[in-house]
Amino acid sequence: MFKLLKRMHKREFALSLLIIVFVIIQVFFDLQIPQAMSDLTAVLQQSNNTTLSAIKTPSILMIVYTLGSCIASVVVGYLSAVVSASLSAGIRGDLFSKVQHFSLKELNKFSTASLITRTTNDITQIQNLVAMSLQVMIKAPVMAIWSISKIAHKNSTWTFSTSIAVIILIILIVSVLALTSPRFRIIQSLTDKLNNIVRENLTGLRVVRAYNAEEYQTEKFNEIINNLTNTHIFVGRIMSLLQPSTNFILNILTLSVYWIGTFLISKNGNVEIRINIFSDMVVFSSYAVQIIAAFMMLTFTLILLPRARVSALRVNEVLDTELSIVDGNLDSSVNESGTVEFKNVTFRYQDSAEPVLKNINFKANKGDTVAIIGSTGSGKSTIINLISRLYDVQQGEVLVNGLNVKDYSLENLNNKVSYISQKPILFSGTIKSNIEFGNNDNLTDDDIYNALEIAQAIDFVKETEDKLDTKIAEGGTNFSGGQKQRISIARAIARKPEIMLFDDSFSALDYKTDKKLRKELDNRLSDTTRIIVAQRVSTIIDADLILVINEGEIVGRGTHKELLKSNSVYREIAYSQLSKEELENE
Amino acid sequence: MSNVKTSKMDNNTKKSPASKLINYSKNYLPYFVIAFIFAFLGSLLTIIGPNKLSEITDIITSGLNSSIDTDAVVKIAISLVILYTFGFIFTYTQGIILNYTAQRVVSNLRRDVTKKINKLPLRYFDSHNHGDTLSRVTNDIDTIGQSLSQSTSVFIAASTLVIATIIMMFISNWILALTSIICSVLGFFAVLKIMGNSQIYFIQQQRAIAKINDFIEETYSGEIIIKTNNANKKSIEEFHELNMEYYNNNWKSQFLASIMQPLMLFVGNFGYVAVCIVGSILVIQHSISFGIVVAFMIYIRLFTQPLSQISQAFATLQPAMAASDRIFEFLEEKELSDESNKTNNFENIKYDVEFSHISFGYNEELIIKDFSVSAKEGQKIAIVGPTGAGKSTLVNLLMKFYEVNLGEIKIGDIPISSVTREEVHKQFCMVLQDTWLFEGTIYENIVYNKENVPLDHVIEICKKIGIHHFIMTLEDGYNAILDDSVSLSAGQKQLITIARALIKDSPMLILDEATSSVDTRTEELIQNAMDTLMVNRTSFVIAHRLSTIKNSDLILVLKDGNIIESGTHDELIAQKSFYADLYNSQFEEL
Repeated sequence: MFKLLKRMHKREFALSLLIIVFVIIQVFFDLQIPQAMSDLTAVLQQSNNTTLSAIKTPSILMIVYTLGSCIASVVVGYLSAVVSASLSAGIRGDLFSKVQHFSLKELNKFSTASLITRTTNDITQIQNLVAMSLQVMIKAPVMAIWSISKIAHKNSTWTFSTSIAVIILIILIVSVLALTSPRFRIIQSLTDKLNNIVRENLTGLRVVRAYNAEEYQTEKFNEIINNLTNTHIFVGRIMSLLQPSTNFILNILTLSVYWIGTFLISKNGNVEIRINIFSDMVVFSSYAVQIIAAFMMLTFTLILLPRARVSALRVNEVLDTELSIVDGNLDSSVNESGTVEFKNVTFRYQDSAEPVLKNINFKANKGDTVAIIGSTGSGKSTIINLISRLYDVQQGEVLVNGLNVKDYSLENLNNKVSYISQKPILFSGTIKSNIEFGNNDNLTDDDIYNALEIAQAIDFVKETEDKLDTKIAEGGTNFSGGQKQRISIARAIARKPEIMLFDDSFSALDYKTDKKLRKELDNRLSDTTRIIVAQRVSTIIDADLILVINEGEIVGRGTHKELLKSNSVYREIAYSQLSKEELENE
Repeated sequence: MSNVKTSKMDNNTKKSPASKLINYSKNYLPYFVIAFIFAFLGSLLTIIGPNKLSEITDIITSGLNSSIDTDAVVKIAISLVILYTFGFIFTYTQGIILNYTAQRVVSNLRRDVTKKINKLPLRYFDSHNHGDTLSRVTNDIDTIGQSLSQSTSVFIAASTLVIATIIMMFISNWILALTSIICSVLGFFAVLKIMGNSQIYFIQQQRAIAKINDFIEETYSGEIIIKTNNANKKSIEEFHELNMEYYNNNWKSQFLASIMQPLMLFVGNFGYVAVCIVGSILVIQHSISFGIVVAFMIYIRLFTQPLSQISQAFATLQPAMAASDRIFEFLEEKELSDESNKTNNFENIKYDVEFSHISFGYNEELIIKDFSVSAKEGQKIAIVGPTGAGKSTLVNLLMKFYEVNLGEIKIGDIPISSVTREEVHKQFCMVLQDTWLFEGTIYENIVYNKENVPLDHVIEICKKIGIHHFIMTLEDGYNAILDDSVSLSAGQKQLITIARALIKDSPMLILDEATSSVDTRTEELIQNAMDTLMVNRTSFVIAHRLSTIKNSDLILVLKDGNIIESGTHDELIAQKSFYADLYNSQFEEL
């Protein structure tokens, strides 16, 4: 929690100091009020000779004090709203930027869903606590200490009973927190569980229905819901104790002050001292109320604390993550163009785990098509991720245009290399905004149409009413999978890269479109180097170089025909997709 | 209990979310009444307190110049202790009852909403994303739960306190009572007016956070594309803008929420002074005793405090009302049609399937147009065609996930519209492209909804499809729990769903792109497993990879919702058809 507070900017810090000043002013006025009240009382006391003018001064004073306190607390409210909102906006911004600099390694570590909660809900929790703290955490101690100092000298018996009340209150608060906080954690985990099975049900709607398993799911839900409800009821039982018991303590304390006062007065013979004790008693009881109130305010903040602390930990975890990819500073390249080379590359996702890629060596020259094939989990996609520097290799080097990818600035690297993911990703906006995505926004419409044409997307785009300005919904849900993929390929083409990386990007396309698209790429982008991860043999049949990957190693390299003759793994893959005659027909 | 409520839901669609929530909770009315009684008793005792305290002051003041009747004071003090104790018991009981009731209501809402998920037509989910439904089940209900127990308890306690205080004030002295009420109520309404005008910032704040949520969701899930397109800087800038928009509304609404209390405090203190002035005039005129003024000083507190509590409770109720609106909107969604009157079933039939003149569209646009085909029992029917041709739609119709617009689907001469969805589902094993496994043991995942399946049977099936060996390599074998810590390959996942289908053992089979997400070597394994599955079953197979369907009895080539060709593989190839084109494009030299 405190770690996050260190992120306060100078302005916020200065404002916080200002808050302390205004809190002190506010408490000053607040504490004058009982005094003014007792003055008023004292005047009224002399009922026989009270005139209206006698209560004028104390009345005006009282109004002034209240108004002062009110203004001070409005200022405190303003300042703390600004500080807490700006602190949380700052943290939110920092967190977002941090995530923008994450590599895949860090992204996978946290999962998207959890990063989203951390950026929104968790920060809101922290903000609530900060806002509360700025007002209450400062005010309560100032109030308690000041009140105590005002009345401590008055009478030791009164002070003693106040201390007992405070101690009982503290014991009460501590035990309520101790009893409930483990349950709160249970509630949190049950809520997560419920979320999880609701999500499961939503993703498996068809399966649930096909298996007539509606009742089965309902039972599952109800089990967790029952647990959740029972825990809530238990927690509620304890939490409901807080308010009535603090009231009870408060009432009993006031009563004891009066009770004790009665005996103090009756013991004393002197009328003047008696009157003094009496007005002391009234004042004391109101200050005692202030002390208890201060503790009550603290309690409410404490209730927020456990959740906010968990949130703070989760936010810090993201902010403290060390970036595994450090930007290089090379802004241009000289040696070659359009080449990709792997030199003895070995890669593992975690330092201890089995390597995913072992000793990979190959080179793609300008305009080459290099295809990578192999079974799921063999490490095909990893090779592509390494070229885009979504991960960094531990051993060996990945070279683009003859220079290590680690030396490039990422911006420069991404301008040379275009990546197309397996599942197409589109952003809400228009077709145009998606093609121009990123730092590629000075395209002409002709450029865009050209890219769409190569990507075989021109037909369906032209069919739409708004053409390039056709809206794309969140997640691209208003387009089919194949259409989305073609738009995403057009996006990559529009970047005019030297090298294009296709991470199994053709599998969402039917065979015909797949074939046409590759033909266009060959004809119109013959200078662009292409690295293609594929599952279909047909997709890669005409590649200049095919790498067969098995368990992280290159077990075969060559053209389709060469491999078919010489490589058993490749043959196996090919035969599983095409019949023998078909292969031999060629 | 919850069923009764949903059925009544239809006739109150036009009501406000608050009255819907009240209507929904009406079964718990007795609890609320009891809580109210306890709250009232508790408040009453709270109010008698100051009265008694003022008696003590009266005794002391009257004895200041002579001697104090300590016995009387002790008597009053003891009665006060008893009073306070009862007050404590009453308010605590009230708290427990309300909390219990609120949690019960929330629990019912959770049950109804989760149950509703499986009662809605799939159509609903075409237009609502999962995140939306998910946030209704969790966030919205949580919001209601929190404010329901907090606010109702504040409302009940505060309003009874206000009423009781008013009564007590009038009993004590009507002039002072009027003074207090007029002062506080005027102030209270002034404050409410200010707050009312500020409502706009709260709304804007909610809108801003929703925008941020959308943006983050999209950015984080498309991070890989953002990176490789150098869009990081832009998205940081864009986020900064949204963040600032939120900040501007955020601090304003926070600020406005925070000044509520000091303003009410001021109103309270102002009333206090007014009481003192009016009180002293009355004392001077000897129409009341000083004790009454002291009592009023406390009454005015007791009166203004609950007023500010009520107004604050109103503020916390705002989001709860918005949440309740969303929940009831969900609960009121039209459910799947009632089929309890359909008694037809598929006993002793021949599993021939006939589509006759089917038309269907997810919206106005028809995807399937006048589609007819028939399949004989035991045949393997393959459906191929480009993406978007309507292949999966046919499956959706056959499974009765959606109702056809026109035409009729018959199984063994019985129209599926005349039997229940449940009965239709019973006839099919289904394996989909997206493998669906849930958090639970492998055994649970395989037997799923079927009860009392012996483990031996499961093992036998797993051996048959070649997944048994893998399962045994897991630490707990069939009891291994599938969660994030177990990483299964796409192929292994698919084999488990095939095992699930085999356990179900229905007479017909649907395979919708069941092997698309696995590599070709794994596909062979799965293909073998599926061949096991297809024996003696009328099967419908949708496939991208044409090699897997070559041996089908009938291949249907779909384009734009129509069958453009049909026949066996050899026939179609011989016709040099669209299919042949599609098929040959797999290995044609470019």
